[in-house]
Amino acid sequence: MDLFGDPAQWLPFTFAGLMGASILIYVILDGYDLGVGVLFPFADDAEKDRMIASIGPFWDANETWLVLAVGLLLVAFPTAHGEILTALYLPVAIMLIGLIMRGVAFEFRAKAPDPYKPLWNNVFFTGSLMTSLAQGFMLGMYVMGLDYTWGHFAFALLTAVFLTVGYSFIGATWVIYKTDEHLQRKAISWAKGGIWGLVLGIAAISLATPYVSPRIFEKWFTFPQILWLAPLPIISGALVLALWTMLRRMPFAGDRFSWLPFATASLLWTLAYSGMAYSFYPYVVPDKLTIYESASAPESLWIILLGTCVVLPTIAAYTFLAYYIFRGKATELRYD
Amino acid sequence: MMETLLLSRIQFAANISFHILFPTITIALGWVLLYFRLRYNRSGEARWMEAYSFWVKVFALSFAMGVVSGITMSFQFGTNWPGFMEIVGNIAGPLLAYEVMTAFFLEAVFLGIMLFGFSRVPRWLHTTATALVAFGTTMSTFWIIVLNSWMHTPQGFEMIDGVAHATDWWAIIFNPSMPYRFFHMLLASFLTVSFLIAGVSAFRWLIGGRTEGVRSALTTALTVAALLIPVQIYVGDLHGLNTKEYQPAKVAAMEGVWETERGAPLLLFALPDDAARENHFEVGIPGLASFILTHEWDGEIKGLNEFVAEDGTPLHPRVAPVFWSFRIMVGTGVLMLLTSWASVVLMLRKNKGGEGRRGVEGLPKLWLMGLVAMTFSGWLATLAGWYTTEIGRQPWLVQGVMTTKQAVADVPAPMVLSTLIAYLVVYAILLGAYITVIFYLARKASRGETLPNPRRTGAAAPTVPAE
Repeated sequence: MDLFGDPAQWLPFTFAGLMGASILIYVILDGYDLGVGVLFPFADDAEKDRMIASIGPFWDANETWLVLAVGLLLVAFPTAHGEILTALYLPVAIMLIGLIMRGVAFEFRAKAPDPYKPLWNNVFFTGSLMTSLAQGFMLGMYVMGLDYTWGHFAFALLTAVFLTVGYSFIGATWVIYKTDEHLQRKAISWAKGGIWGLVLGIAAISLATPYVSPRIFEKWFTFPQILWLAPLPIISGALVLALWTMLRRMPFAGDRFSWLPFATASLLWTLAYSGMAYSFYPYVVPDKLTIYESASAPESLWIILLGTCVVLPTIAAYTFLAYYIFRGKATELRYD
Repeated sequence: MMETLLLSRIQFAANISFHILFPTITIALGWVLLYFRLRYNRSGEARWMEAYSFWVKVFALSFAMGVVSGITMSFQFGTNWPGFMEIVGNIAGPLLAYEVMTAFFLEAVFLGIMLFGFSRVPRWLHTTATALVAFGTTMSTFWIIVLNSWMHTPQGFEMIDGVAHATDWWAIIFNPSMPYRFFHMLLASFLTVSFLIAGVSAFRWLIGGRTEGVRSALTTALTVAALLIPVQIYVGDLHGLNTKEYQPAKVAAMEGVWETERGAPLLLFALPDDAARENHFEVGIPGLASFILTHEWDGEIKGLNEFVAEDGTPLHPRVAPVFWSFRIMVGTGVLMLLTSWASVVLMLRKNKGGEGRRGVEGLPKLWLMGLVAMTFSGWLATLAGWYTTEIGRQPWLVQGVMTTKQAVADVPAPMVLSTLIAYLVVYAILLGAYITVIFYLARKASRGETLPNPRRTGAAAPTVPAE
């Protein structure tokens, strides 16, 4: 296979990479703001305002990565897009309604009359929860090959819970980074309480993936590939250990390294995600449809790639700008 | 039990109708905010900042509604209409990708700075962020309209094994109906926003929030409406001529013309009957439809009966919905024309003493209440217009290339029905909450004012504190 000669080969590969990157960026970025929503019931009213302030300027752009990921799936792999989304029809609908609820609750809770604020807080929590659960469910079904049996269904329910707790964990690390004092200490205890979701989620998917697909089993447990893969679980284990150790000692004096749990958690997600991407490649619909079979015509991929090369660096640049402007501890959000 | 196709169509219509309400507001409101911001930058007058800080909240709320309902749209293609991307994905894909890449991100990222960055970033950056958000919404409109127009007037592609492949991107983007549809939509947005601002400002004025900021917003809105509505009518006419050339069946349905005729009347009222293929209770102005569409009194309009397959299946849309939504759009447009022009005339009247114009004080109380009633008239006209053009394209999804039926997913009807009901319930609640909150914000802003109607003293009214 001449990977870099034939556009019909490298274009789908490039787009799979771009789509994969968008999904990864999405689960980390929207993961933390969904997680903040899931943690809402544990916070009091003032803390809720502060938590909202910590994600307010970012959530819009965070969710846009989902649109980009689905857009790339739609654009680059249209047949896979149809197959995956019709198979996940109901969870997708639940996720969308959840996203709608939480997205508007952001605005309504700040603008509606005061007596309604608790109502919109609940809408925000419920929407975040629905979205996280639905995404976890879809992840589980995807790993199970989008094939509905009772066993697969049960597995997907389990991953739904794990991903939701995992999101609450990364949300807690974000709150540790963006706040201080009492709320920060509270977030540290939330993070300690949520880390199991992340660990069990990664473990469940790592165990189930080779079990469901003999092809992936083959890919993992043959020599020399196993040597390439071996560092993945080892580093992940070390990262979990590091997270646990630092969370037990936080907050550090002078609020040093408050960003570290979030960064470590992101790294952990990235590793787990790379492992998954490695396992499923070259399939976009597990064991049914490869990226090469479902790719759009090269001339269409070309024109998108052209735009992507210009636009992605720009998006990256102004995303950094936004994070730079709203750096530091979250303060009250003001329009003036 | 209704079939999957019909339910999916209703679901898509529900989703996109709900979605379009909010971009229709944000597209033009972005530019209006930039105008307020620039006026403030230049003059330093607090009234422009007051107008800005009120309307930026409405913008934020509308934007959030638009984003979340827009995310739903991007999934609808896959969940309900996989055939669309399978057949024309090579064309639609890149256009949607450009929309997300050039517009969606631009808006989403700079929105944060625009909303919350006022005291964090230098003035020029805040102004730039406002400009970029406005530009982003307009770019977004551009790409979506390109794709939609291509579905009406497709060109620049070839079919290979039943799949469309792009041959000429320039021809695809600048397809024949695109410029008309783009400007028609932009103007629709500006008119919707004008009447929204006029309605809410009139409401604030009526309940006693008579600040300079309200005065400026109301005057700006009515002036913009009065200036743009004739332009909109002209562009709409051009768009109609374009449709007559490329989609004659749609025009026939809009005018309720069954048999090809010369000197066709403009029907003011009729009940089109799809089963009997005729109209009941016609009331019309002789020759006027022909005159409008051909600019000749005895010009020929092709009738719907020309668009029937040999086996008798109609190749034109159902007539009644197209016929009536077109009339609702035009009727609302005429009402907007009369209202905005009369308002401007009332405001331009001289004061009794002969010095200066009456301005907002020239608008009687009842008139202001009429403006409040017309707050969302732009939504009505925009939706009716979209129904005209979209239902008018049926049975085609992409005119002459693929039918709507070819695209629909094989999802069981009860599943589509259950999600449809869920969406409708959520949308109804949110729409109610949205309108309630806008008027709540208006009441709150009016209460926050202490100055009793400072009249043209030039003294800066205190800005409304943001929460």
